Amino acid sequence: MISATDQFPPTSKPSESVSGVTVRLAGDSGDGMQLLGTQLTNTSALSGNDVATFPDFPAEIRAPRGTRAGVSGFQVQFSAEEIFTPGDGLDALVCMNPAALITNLGDLKKTGILIVNSDSFEAKDLKLAKLDENPLEDGTIEPYRTIKVAMTSMTRGAVEPTGLSVKLADRCKNFFAMGLVFWLYGRDVEPTLRFIDKKFSSKPEIAEANRLALKAGWHYGETTEDFASTYSVPAAELSPGTYRNVMGNQALAWGLITAAKISNKELFLGSYPITPASDILHELSKHKNFGVRTFQAEDEIAAVCSAVGAAFGGSMAITTSSGPGIALKGEGIGLGLILELPMIVIDVQRGGPSTGLPTKTEQSDLMMTMYGRNGDSPLPVIAARSPSDCFDVAIEAWRVASKFMVPVIIMSDGYIANGAEPWKIPDPSKFEKIEISHPDKPNDGDNFLPYKRDENLARPWALPGTPELMHRVGGLEKQDGTGNVSYDPDNHQHMVETRGKKVDLVAEFVDPAKVEGSSSGTLVISWGGTYGACHTAIKTCNAEGINVGHVHLRWLNPFPRNLGEIIKQYDKVLVPELNMGQLGSILRQKYLVDAKGLNKIKGKPFQVNEIVDGIKAIAK
Amino acid sequence: MSTELPVLKPADFASDQDVRWCPGCGDYSILAQMKKVLAETGKTRENTVFISGIGCSSRFPYYMNTYGMHSIHGRAPAFATGLKSTRPELDVWVITGDGDALSIGGNHFMHILRRNLDVNIILFNNAIYGLTKGQYSPTSKVGTVTKSTPRGSIDHPLNPISVAIAAEASFVARSIDTNIKHLVKTMIRASEHKGTSFIEVYQNCNVFNDGTWDYAKNKATKEEATLVLEHGKPMVFAKGTKGIRLNGFMPEVVDLEKVAQDDLLFHDEKADNSQLAFLLSRMRYPEFPEPIGVFRAVERPSYDQMINQQVTDARADKGDGDLAKLFGAGDTWSVK
Repeated sequence: MISATDQFPPTSKPSESVSGVTVRLAGDSGDGMQLLGTQLTNTSALSGNDVATFPDFPAEIRAPRGTRAGVSGFQVQFSAEEIFTPGDGLDALVCMNPAALITNLGDLKKTGILIVNSDSFEAKDLKLAKLDENPLEDGTIEPYRTIKVAMTSMTRGAVEPTGLSVKLADRCKNFFAMGLVFWLYGRDVEPTLRFIDKKFSSKPEIAEANRLALKAGWHYGETTEDFASTYSVPAAELSPGTYRNVMGNQALAWGLITAAKISNKELFLGSYPITPASDILHELSKHKNFGVRTFQAEDEIAAVCSAVGAAFGGSMAITTSSGPGIALKGEGIGLGLILELPMIVIDVQRGGPSTGLPTKTEQSDLMMTMYGRNGDSPLPVIAARSPSDCFDVAIEAWRVASKFMVPVIIMSDGYIANGAEPWKIPDPSKFEKIEISHPDKPNDGDNFLPYKRDENLARPWALPGTPELMHRVGGLEKQDGTGNVSYDPDNHQHMVETRGKKVDLVAEFVDPAKVEGSSSGTLVISWGGTYGACHTAIKTCNAEGINVGHVHLRWLNPFPRNLGEIIKQYDKVLVPELNMGQLGSILRQKYLVDAKGLNKIKGKPFQVNEIVDGIKAIAK
Repeated sequence: MSTELPVLKPADFASDQDVRWCPGCGDYSILAQMKKVLAETGKTRENTVFISGIGCSSRFPYYMNTYGMHSIHGRAPAFATGLKSTRPELDVWVITGDGDALSIGGNHFMHILRRNLDVNIILFNNAIYGLTKGQYSPTSKVGTVTKSTPRGSIDHPLNPISVAIAAEASFVARSIDTNIKHLVKTMIRASEHKGTSFIEVYQNCNVFNDGTWDYAKNKATKEEATLVLEHGKPMVFAKGTKGIRLNGFMPEVVDLEKVAQDDLLFHDEKADNSQLAFLLSRMRYPEFPEPIGVFRAVERPSYDQMINQQVTDARADKGDGDLAKLFGAGDTWSVK
């Protein structure tokens, strides 16, 4: 292995210290942009920066080469300050082909740096991107500081000693780009060298070629006169502790594993592959030594039903999906609700309706998770606000599900699921245990009443295999107490109301809402993955003297017990959402408040400036 | 002093709920035989679970003093999969009907069979939708006149046994609601089988499809209309006067006065490939007698056994899960 310091000497050029940088890497979906982005993220986090990422890729596995539809992007912000979003305008944009350039250039700041692979702007490349003129020559790039780098030819030259074919050599060019970007921002190459060793351990010639390409990119930066200086981003002041990077789906899976462990339960996942939720299934299936059983079902319906079956047997049962799958699961979730069994349903939202935009983000399933079942069938709904928050949300969801004997829905989204951020590793011995008990004797003289309720209106979780507690559950309305089938009108009203009340009681158990920012003027109410953009926007506005406060909802059902009181303190309410105004409608209905929507339905997260503009438009 | 556990009688498996099937329904007999089977095989109430979907037959769990779940339409196999995968020690029965298993639940039916989950499935086949008051079902013959098919049904029926065999079922059998001895015997065989056991029961709906299986039940015709399968025995029916012989790839009915028993087809329920079982499933009255008994019974590891084995193996390989190790794996950094 090459010694990093010998082969990648620190720059001799001047280095300018900046507080934060937003970089986007864009190329063909086969160009390895996601890998490059992940390496840049990990390396930046390891150097102590706060990081936030936004991978953005096409739904097709290999869209036609060189086309606009095939462009895959990865945006990362790394900063010396605490950050909550992957950044708005780009400080640097790396484009591997004309399609990537034309679809991403609009997000580059006027002061930003554009780095292009000039080898891929031939007539055929322009044609694939449906361009009549070469954007490098027709004035398109004029406003930007553009560095044209012949990446393809230089990569071929660099890897020549390995004797790789041209086709394989060309696949190393993302490492050339990486070398250049790493040099430009003074990133440490050690973690990437380790990564190369591990990833390509069975293909030493490919590993060597990638190392050579990385080194060539680094040295190109040092040699070329196009760059007079480099940039450095000092470490952020995060609270003391040991950190690692986590992605949303990974954090969710680990949170679930943790919840199972601290409640002394074995975990069962019934799931059907769907973008962008599948990584939860993949992650959980790796950890069978935690007593995890994963069942890849024949369809979404079987997935939820298997989870209900496992819950009946006493497992911590989970089903994961995205919008289209949650739609299919509705009846099964309803059965879990009437059986009053604890379980977790996870909706990693994507663009809808129907198949919609599988790889893009949206928040448009809120109404479905709140109301998308037959009958009056409310369930607790909790939403994660960032990749690392997924961990805590998973534990909190199971705490509520098991305490109240109710299925809990966790909302995530594509942006959170695939995004990454630093996570302060918790001490496993400090987790508060989740106490769960199962009855072992009758609770009504010699009889067992499966629907006899405790102070939380929860029924006993009696498990098959327990003598004398035999009982039957089912989807027909049941008599409270006995659980026997009942068509009695008064009992039905009582049961529907009781199941609703039980969900309302959750509000007494979970934390009230907290306000950030001003306590009067305009109130921004947000939920889910828009937290970072809203939080940053409110800080920006407060710094400019605008009176605006922020409540971010963790529980969507029930709402925090103090939300009504908070709303009353403000003159105006703004609800930014990546949908047509779903939370806004519910808030209007519940609190009779004239909540204004700030709605974006483009398959992309909010930029901070969009929220700032929205606040300014109403806060005047 | 005796330390024997009390032996449960069939009546001990009855719940306190009134049975609400129509008087004369074939379901009563299956319910009664089930209680006998559980008593005879020494099962306990607490370790037995009945899971059903929706339909007349699916009310079954309410009538058993065991654990039970009356789930949603067609999905009983999926609930059973979650339960049995996590609680393999339980004795799990799936109660379903022709509409529940083959129409709305067709997908789950197929997949539970190929996975070979160790549960017993009893399909009450009455070739009609009873609970919704008489529409044709996926096993109704073409031309069945019902409320939803006043000019006769036009869709070709499914043969449950053929479907089960094609779906790689390891145990496939057929019986008849009123053939009490045969039904009990078949259910005991199913109960003893490791893996998914599937029994199609010809069940009469005396309200909406009365007499649909009469040919297989009436004294006058049943000897000609059914063939009792016995492993290793020649296929003989009609009180020993007729048999089934293979002619090329096709079965044919032969007169035993003219053909020796040794020339008949012999039943082999353990055959590795399913061709014989499938051939038998295609025999339909009146061209052939319809086989009852076990078509196929082969050994294959069960899903619940394997899913739990993977957990055991993972724990043996990697040790019981350690959260600190999980969180700390890979690149980390410290902030002082």
